[in-house]
Amino acid sequence: MDAVVTVTHVDKSFNKKRILHDVNLTASGHEILGLIGPSGAGKTTIIKNIMGMEQPDDGKVTIFGKEMPNRQVLQRIGFMAQDDALYESLTGRENLKFFAQLFGVKKDQLNERIEYTAGVVNLNQDLDKRVSNYSGGMKRRLSLAISLIQDPDLLVLDEPTVGIDPELRRQIWDELRKYAKDGKSIIITTHVMEDAAECDELLMIRDGHIITHGSPDSLEKKYQVDNLEQVFLKAGKSNENTDNN
Amino acid sequence: MRILTITKRIFVEMFRDKRTLALMFIAPLFILSLMYFLFQSNTNTVADIGTNNVSSSLIKAIDNKHITIHKMSANASAKQTIRDKDYAGFIKKTNGKLIVTYQNADQNKMAIIKKSVQMALIKTQIKQLAAATKKSKAGLMKMQAQLQQIKKQLPSTISGRIPAPSTPKNMQKPSSLKLSQHYLYGKSNSSFFTTMLPVFLGFMVFFFVFLISGISLLNERNSRTLDRLLATPVKRSEIIYGYLTGYGAVAIIQTAIIVLFCIYVLGIEILGNIAIVLLICFALAMVALSMGLFVSTFAASEFQMVQFIPIVVIHKFSSQV
Ligand SMILES: Nc1ncnc2c1ncn2[C@@H]1O[C@H](COP(=O)(O)OP(=O)(O)O)[C@@H](O)[C@H]1O
Ligand SMILES: [Mg+2]
Repeated sequence: MDAVVTVTHVDKSFNKKRILHDVNLTASGHEILGLIGPSGAGKTTIIKNIMGMEQPDDGKVTIFGKEMPNRQVLQRIGFMAQDDALYESLTGRENLKFFAQLFGVKKDQLNERIEYTAGVVNLNQDLDKRVSNYSGGMKRRLSLAISLIQDPDLLVLDEPTVGIDPELRRQIWDELRKYAKDGKSIIITTHVMEDAAECDELLMIRDGHIITHGSPDSLEKKYQVDNLEQVFLKAGKSNENTDNN
Repeated sequence: MRILTITKRIFVEMFRDKRTLALMFIAPLFILSLMYFLFQSNTNTVADIGTNNVSSSLIKAIDNKHITIHKMSANASAKQTIRDKDYAGFIKKTNGKLIVTYQNADQNKMAIIKKSVQMALIKTQIKQLAAATKKSKAGLMKMQAQLQQIKKQLPSTISGRIPAPSTPKNMQKPSSLKLSQHYLYGKSNSSFFTTMLPVFLGFMVFFFVFLISGISLLNERNSRTLDRLLATPVKRSEIIYGYLTGYGAVAIIQTAIIVLFCIYVLGIEILGNIAIVLLICFALAMVALSMGLFVSTFAASEFQMVQFIPIVVIHKFSSQV
C-alpha cells in the first residue's frame, strides 16, 4: 500500500521541554490509523506537526509526496481540531458554507455538500441555529461535518468522538469505514479504548514516545491479553524497562 | 474569491453583534453631540462684574452684550463681592490705577472681561486723543487770526509778498476707527467645536476602527478559528485583505454617517468637497485598521487592546492637533 502520510524522526519541544521523542508513523489509503494515549501524551502535537501548523524541531512530514507545510496539500485534507474552532455568532449552515467557500466548493454543489455532511452527523435539524446555542456535542459534530465539506482524500481528526452519544458514534464509525473502503486515508486520535478497537492500525503514545504499534488483533496477540487497555499497560511497562536499560 | 468570503463573514458577524454595531455607528454620533453642546455654550455667555469708583465713561466703554455691570458701594472689596455674589470679575479704580480682579472659575468669562476691559481702555484713549487734537486745532485757528492781523498792519508793499496762509482745510479730523471683521472659514458664531471638528471627526473614525478591528482579529485568534483557518488552503495575506476590505467598507459607512450627521443635524458647514473629507477619513480608517490588526498580535485580551490606545491613538493625534 502506498503511504499517504509519512512522519519520520520528528522531535518537538516547547519551552525547552521535550514533548515528542522521535515519532515515526505511516498512514496509507484504505485504512484508519488511530493514535491512542492518555491526555497530555502529545497526540495533538503530532497532529499539528502533520498539518504543518507546528514546525518539527527535527525530522520531517510528507503528505501525498510533498513535504509539509504545503498549502496545496491542505486542499486535500479534512481537519478537525480538538477544540471546536467555530464562529459562534454564525449558524451551523453559515459555518459550513464559509469553510466550503474557502475550499473552493463549486456553487452548484454547495447545498448538496452541506446537506450531506450535516446528515453524516445528524445535524440537519439544527443547521439554522446559531452555534452559540449548540451543546458541546453538537459543536463536535459540526466540526466533524466541516472536516468532510470538500470531500477530502485524507481525514485528520483530533478526538472526534468526545461528547458524542453511542448511537451517533456507531453511525460516524460506519461512515468513516465507508470512506476508508473508498480509498481515503484517515488519522484519528482518541483516549478511549473502544474507539481504538475500530481502527485498522494503532499507535500507542505515552509521554511523547510511541510505545507500540500494530493492528488491534496483532497487539492483543503480541502481549497475550484480551483487551487493548491491557496492551497499553503492558506496552507502557516494557517501554519503561527498555528506557531504563 | 476567498478574500470576499472572509469579508462577507465579517459583515454577518458584525451585523449580529448589536453591541459592536452600536459602538461603531451610534457611539460616535452620541459623543459628537455631547461635545457639540459642551463647546457650543460660549457664544451666549454673560459675565457679571462689579465696579467700584470707575468713571461712568469707562463703564459705558466696557459695557457690551456679554457683560452685566453692577455698581457697588465705595467700600466694597473685590474678594468679598466676588465670593458673595458669584461675579466673574471686579473692577476698581484707586489712585488712577485700574485694578481688575477675576474670579477665574470660568475661562470663557475671564476671557470676555479681559477683552472688554482692554477694548474699553483703547476706546477711551482714542477719545482722549481726539479731544487733544480738537484743542490743538482751536489753538492753530487762533494763531492764524493773529497772523492775519499782523499782516494788515504791515505796509501794503510787503503784504503782497507774504502768501496768505492757507486755511488748514485738510487738517485731519480725528476719525473714530471702526473695526470690521471677516472670517475666512466659518462664521462669526464659530465656536471651539466647529474649529476642532475636523480633529474630532478623524479621532472618532480612527479610534473606533482601531478598537473594533483589533478586537475582532484578537477574538478570531483566541477562539482558535485563526489556527483553524491556517489548516485550510487560505493564504495569510488573504485573511488580512479580507479584514481590510471588510473594515474598510465599515469605515466608509461610519465616516459618511458621522459627516452627514455633522452637516445636517448639528448644522456645521464644511467648505470644499465633502468627497475629500470622506477620502481623508477613509485613509485614516485604513491606517487605524492596519494599526489595529498589527497591535492585536501583541495583545492577549480585549483589555490589553484598550491599554494600547494611549500609545497608538493619542500619540497619533497629538501630532495632528
Ligand atoms: N503550544 C504549547 N506550548 C507549550 N506546551 C505545549 C504546547 N502544546 C502542547 N504543549 C504540551 O505538550 C504536551 C502534550 O500536549 P498535547 O499534544 O495537547 O497532548 P494530547 O493531545 O495527547 O492530550 C502537554 O504537556 C502540553 O502541556
Ligand atoms: Mg489533544
